[in-house]
Amino acid sequence: MLEIKNLHVKLEDDEKVILKGLNLTVETGKVHAIMGPNGSGKSTLSYVLSGRDGYEVTDGSATLDGVELLEMEPEERAAAGLFLAFQYPVEIPGVGNMTFLRTAVNAQRKARGEEEMSAGEFLKVVREKAKSLKIDAEMMKRPVNVGFSGGEKKRNEILQMAMLEPKMCILDETDSGLDVDAMKLVAEGVNALRNEGRSFLVITHYQRLLDHIKPDVVHIMADGRIVKTGGPELALEVENNGYADILAEVL
Amino acid sequence: MAVTQAKLDAASARLAALDVPAGGWMAAARKDAVARLQAMGLPGKRDEYWRYTDPTALTQVAATPAALFDASDEAPVFDGIDRVRLVFVDGVFDPAQSDDPAAAGVELLSRQGAEIHWAQGLYGVLETRGQTPVARPLAALNTAAATEGVLIRVTEKAAKPINLIYLHKSETSDAILHHCVKLEAGAELTLLENGPAAARFNKVLEVEVADGARFHHIRAQGRDHQRRAVTHIFARLGAESLFKSFTLTANGVLTRNEAVLELTGDDAVAHVAGAAVGDGDFLHDDTVFVTHAAERCESRQVFKKVLKNGAVGVFQGKILVKPGAQKTDGYQISQSLLLDEASQFLAKPELEIYADDVKCSHGSTSGAIDETALYYLRSRGVPLRQAQSLLVLAFLAEAIAEIEDETIAEDVRARLEAWLARHEG
Repeated sequence: MLEIKNLHVKLEDDEKVILKGLNLTVETGKVHAIMGPNGSGKSTLSYVLSGRDGYEVTDGSATLDGVELLEMEPEERAAAGLFLAFQYPVEIPGVGNMTFLRTAVNAQRKARGEEEMSAGEFLKVVREKAKSLKIDAEMMKRPVNVGFSGGEKKRNEILQMAMLEPKMCILDETDSGLDVDAMKLVAEGVNALRNEGRSFLVITHYQRLLDHIKPDVVHIMADGRIVKTGGPELALEVENNGYADILAEVL
Repeated sequence: MAVTQAKLDAASARLAALDVPAGGWMAAARKDAVARLQAMGLPGKRDEYWRYTDPTALTQVAATPAALFDASDEAPVFDGIDRVRLVFVDGVFDPAQSDDPAAAGVELLSRQGAEIHWAQGLYGVLETRGQTPVARPLAALNTAAATEGVLIRVTEKAAKPINLIYLHKSETSDAILHHCVKLEAGAELTLLENGPAAARFNKVLEVEVADGARFHHIRAQGRDHQRRAVTHIFARLGAESLFKSFTLTANGVLTRNEAVLELTGDDAVAHVAGAAVGDGDFLHDDTVFVTHAAERCESRQVFKKVLKNGAVGVFQGKILVKPGAQKTDGYQISQSLLLDEASQFLAKPELEIYADDVKCSHGSTSGAIDETALYYLRSRGVPLRQAQSLLVLAFLAEAIAEIEDETIAEDVRARLEAWLARHEG
């Protein structure tokens, strides 16, 4: 269970405050969605949870199954079960995709005191999962995300998620830059990972992703806070009427 | 510019302190080299190609002592490769530790007589050609004074790589080695070199690659922190021949590696690459001059340096395309990864082109580790140190990719990983 309480965050090099007392609880096994206008702090929330530099937490807490995330290094958060699917997956020239994945899987296993995956076992598992995401052997050999199309990058994120088997998955605008077919493929990949022990926080601008990844709860975020929470119908309301009505109502 | 008296005096002092050997078939070449050196003088700090690297420690009469370094925490490089081992201790051939050179068709410079020898057409010859347009006095000094080295002539594909192993046993050793390698038409050889050699080391390697021959050269310069070295490779390539040289340098107070390559036959290919890693008191200088004198030749220069704690990297690379060398494909990249603000990289790329149908590109960059990539790796659970090493190796990958033999490339990669692990933080 992810529990965020009264989270206040500002930019490290700037007085600009982005998150202003955010409260959010994602129960184990549930899919929550966050929608909100540009600049409401959605991406900042995902970065702060995963431990990116450049932000300063001035108040509040964020725990995963009772363990405080905000004091951990990014790699410790990952080993604790947190995963962020990036809005803009990073290109790493010179590091092969396969090497990268295997290093990550084994680093997490090591951190959790588990045995590392053998090369053979890893290959077998990765091939199977890559196939269902239509990621071919050639893509696995290439450097991480280098020369990948927008759709390939997002599928590669989902493959990493599938291999790392996190408890808490944050999807930061995973639908951005995807055509309808690519979005369906990504959504299928995500849905295949849904289970009782795994939670999702899906950050998106648009209802359409939520047609494919059906959320249990939808939150509206504005000005660094969750301002409204409801069921899937809330996403439809945004789609039909925009944010203005909701914001006028709550602010 | 007139040669200053100080440089001439330095040359005379250096020559006077060395025993320039008399006799043997090399006598004339040595005498000529002495004359060349006396005309050029030794390099000074104000020379165009010594602005970034102070030559004093290389030109002074006595070598600065260098503490011995125990590298027994890892197996020697190339150990896993089936090869002919020829060991030099402080620059002197040691038969007891070596395989039989004669069995591998290798002759020793130290055992040459006066009879006419094939190497007369090579010893000092390519070095002399390499003195214009840029003077390389330390190479002339080498030709004049070297008494040790190997002479290798290959007429077909060599059965095994030849590995020259340079051990450093005396804190004050001042070694000079001169090797000549001749690959006859269609021949193929892999030459491996490793070890620190001496407190101060001056080495020349002259390589004649005849038509259709293939030469592979991989060297690792030893981890001794205090060693100083100046090395020169002079190579001449015939038609459709291949020359590939890769150098790994880890540690060393001062290393100047020069490569002077001349593509004289059509469709020849010359690649020269290096990966250097330095921490602290470290200066590494790659000075390269590639001359395209024939049509449709390809040259690549790929140099990468990882620098930290005030380490300095230097790159001076030139591509000269002579008139008529049409369809030349020249590529040059020099990059440094600066792990802190105290380290620096000085680069001087040069292109000089006298043909109108050529493709030449060059690039030079200095940068820090990509913080976004680092965060991305860490967000997937890769610990900071491991993520840094992964990115450093990724930075060096293009240079290591110049090694064709995958076993050797893997060995080099493992050395770099171990070095990074030892120099963490």
